[in-house]
Amino acid sequence: MASDSFKRETVRALIAALVIVVAGGILYPLVMTGVGQVVFPHEVNGSQITVGGKVIGSELIGQSFQTPVYKHGKLVENEGVVETTPDPRYFQSRPSATEGGEYNAAASTFSNLGPNSVATKEAISKHIKAYIKLNRPYYPGLRPSNVPVDAANSSASGLDPEISVANARIQAHRVAALRHLALGRVLALIPTYTSSRFLGFSGEEGVNVLELNLALDRMQGGLASGR
Amino acid sequence: MTFAGWATIVVFILALTALAFPLGSYLAKVYTGQRVWLTPIVGPVERVVYRIVGVDSRREQDWKAYARSLLLFSLFGWLILYFILRTQTLWSWTGLNPEGFHSAPWNVTFNTVSSFLTNTNWQYYSGETTMSYFSQMAGLTVQNFASAAVGIVVAVALVRGIIGRSGSGIGNFWHDMTRTLLYVLVPISIVGAIVLMSQGVLQNFSHYLTVHTLTGATQTIAMGPIASQEAIKELGTNGGGFLNTNSAHPFENPNQFTNLFEILLVLVIPAALVFMYGRMTGNRRQGYAIYATMAIMFLGACAVAYIAEAHGSPAQHAAGLHTGVISGSGGGNMEGKEQRFGIAGSAIFDVVTTVTSCGAVNSAIESFTGIGGAVPFANLSASEVIFGGVGTGLYSILLYVLLAVFIGGLMVGRTPEWLGKKLEAREIKLAGLGILITPLAALFCTALATATNAGTQSISKAAAGGPQGFSETFYAYLSQANNNGSAFAGYSGFVQPTAGNVGSHGLTFTDLLGGFDMLFARYAPILFALAVAGALAGKRITPAGLGTMRTDNPTFVVLLIGVIVLVGALTFFPALLLGPIVQGLTGHLYK
Repeated sequence: MASDSFKRETVRALIAALVIVVAGGILYPLVMTGVGQVVFPHEVNGSQITVGGKVIGSELIGQSFQTPVYKHGKLVENEGVVETTPDPRYFQSRPSATEGGEYNAAASTFSNLGPNSVATKEAISKHIKAYIKLNRPYYPGLRPSNVPVDAANSSASGLDPEISVANARIQAHRVAALRHLALGRVLALIPTYTSSRFLGFSGEEGVNVLELNLALDRMQGGLASGR
Repeated sequence: MTFAGWATIVVFILALTALAFPLGSYLAKVYTGQRVWLTPIVGPVERVVYRIVGVDSRREQDWKAYARSLLLFSLFGWLILYFILRTQTLWSWTGLNPEGFHSAPWNVTFNTVSSFLTNTNWQYYSGETTMSYFSQMAGLTVQNFASAAVGIVVAVALVRGIIGRSGSGIGNFWHDMTRTLLYVLVPISIVGAIVLMSQGVLQNFSHYLTVHTLTGATQTIAMGPIASQEAIKELGTNGGGFLNTNSAHPFENPNQFTNLFEILLVLVIPAALVFMYGRMTGNRRQGYAIYATMAIMFLGACAVAYIAEAHGSPAQHAAGLHTGVISGSGGGNMEGKEQRFGIAGSAIFDVVTTVTSCGAVNSAIESFTGIGGAVPFANLSASEVIFGGVGTGLYSILLYVLLAVFIGGLMVGRTPEWLGKKLEAREIKLAGLGILITPLAALFCTALATATNAGTQSISKAAAGGPQGFSETFYAYLSQANNNGSAFAGYSGFVQPTAGNVGSHGLTFTDLLGGFDMLFARYAPILFALAVAGALAGKRITPAGLGTMRTDNPTFVVLLIGVIVLVGALTFFPALLLGPIVQGLTGHLYK
């Protein structure tokens, strides 16, 4: 069991390190990309949703449904950024910790708010207040204690495409009223866009907000296409 | 808490066992040089690799030669990765840097390179705003494979030392590495990547996608070759996300099925290696005893995390939220958690990735409740022996087994024997050092970072006041020492004002301290494990007598759990008290 010379072993290590770069770092991802592009072209390119030839989003990535704020017929700007407010005709996504809370899908992030921190309590209170302000006119009796947790806590990715069924049911009252639809019709749409638990037990049910909003627009001949 | 939540945990451990058992016998064949069903396909490739690298695969190495090969291979891996990451713009001609990202500064890169080389995948950078596709593939994916393989071969070498009957050989490093990659990691990764792609994990080289949203705004969506890296990231217990929010991001972990699939990938090799160990020792019950030890501690961790997170946090309750289960909502502490995973799916994922050295997250650990967050702490404090990383888990728990046999031997007053071999001072010293070196590194770095201004500047502003700031710091160095890589992610070592690294800078003290923490706590235990293998390899085997303490029965399982908990608790309890336990015991909010 005489071991090889140090020099020979060094050369061997260098070659091995280069071989694995070529095999694992270049060949493997290239082959996988080839397979994916041929077999699952929709999935590996971001599960894009196209309306009238234009890409309007991804089935997997949440959006914020905001509308610009106007004052005396003019856009309100704050430090060069147009101020926006939730568009009440749309179901609203969860709070997001991405830049500006705007579902920035080029820089995902979570809030990192600790369980025992005053900052966390303040952030949650702010989300609760906004949710109640938006929904109570259409859902009397909404109090902090019956705001669903997902509507008051920011998500992990900052891009959560889903909200809880309880959250969707509360918002349905507002959306139905503002779109002049029967509440029953809006509620009946929710199950269609609800993902179920895997095998009935794993994970939680969630309502895909973008797909639900899109379905509403389609049903009414398209707010979306009008813009 | 819901019935479905508990069912998730139980079904998961059953599915894991069902997968790991056959994989264990497969691994035993791979590492004893037998034919397996992949041999006709992979065999020719294997021979080509031996020719290119210039390896005589039948040539046995003693532990020193084995360690030398390992260290040289790692050294070149480090240099190549550092070179690739620091020359990111030079590779734009490949078309694999569509966003035109510049390289990160030297100090952050030092941390990142050390991190991926040591299977830690601690990330001070954010994937989608700093890394080109080329860096992710040719740089980071490569070390996802290499570092996982290095961990596995050390475990295999240690098992060979334990069962070796003559001579001092513990195998051939190049032979073991090649077989690990070709017969285990690459084939499973290919299958894993295909499954993930079918569910919506990205695999493209496109520009970031710009879409016009329903309300007329524009949204830019990060793209990239994610699935190929995601598969080995989980399988190799690496855990470094392609994207900033790791497995919480819908493009890394799109749905309820992939959430379970990914944690099965994480645990399958660490669990299978235990069964492999049983087979290779010729007494499968040896493997079952260790498996039982791990499974019990694992289920305990899952239960505590699930109960704590389902209960909700003090901040939620202070804001007036009701955190119980209601119709249409699972309730619980949903801060930093995704709707599709819910509480149980988040708790089990983070337990799986912190008992192993994976460190991937599908929720924000920093936002876990005090007790929920204490679970990852406790898992890390047990030095990654509850399944543990690929390979690292097995070799670490075998060192604990050695210690437990020694303590058991002292209690009954006989010379400790393990699988027919007498344990003597040299092995016990080496094992003791191997066990204590990681906690030592973690505590030393935490103390240094807490006591200096240079260290405290990394604490996030939101956590600066209370015990959370200490928790962040402690978790950072504990995670890096254990080569885990999960984080209380408010702790930072990198300031990046805009995407693409222009104007960014690293926090040198934090980056370097973490980098050395990872390198030291990775390679020192590896050397001790290999030295133990060498010390045991040459020992004669004597038949078991009446006085031999058995290492394959429930009594030993209890003893082993006791030793692991005792070492972890004695080492870390004071530090744990100052952070997560304080938070878990109080409803008080800190500024």
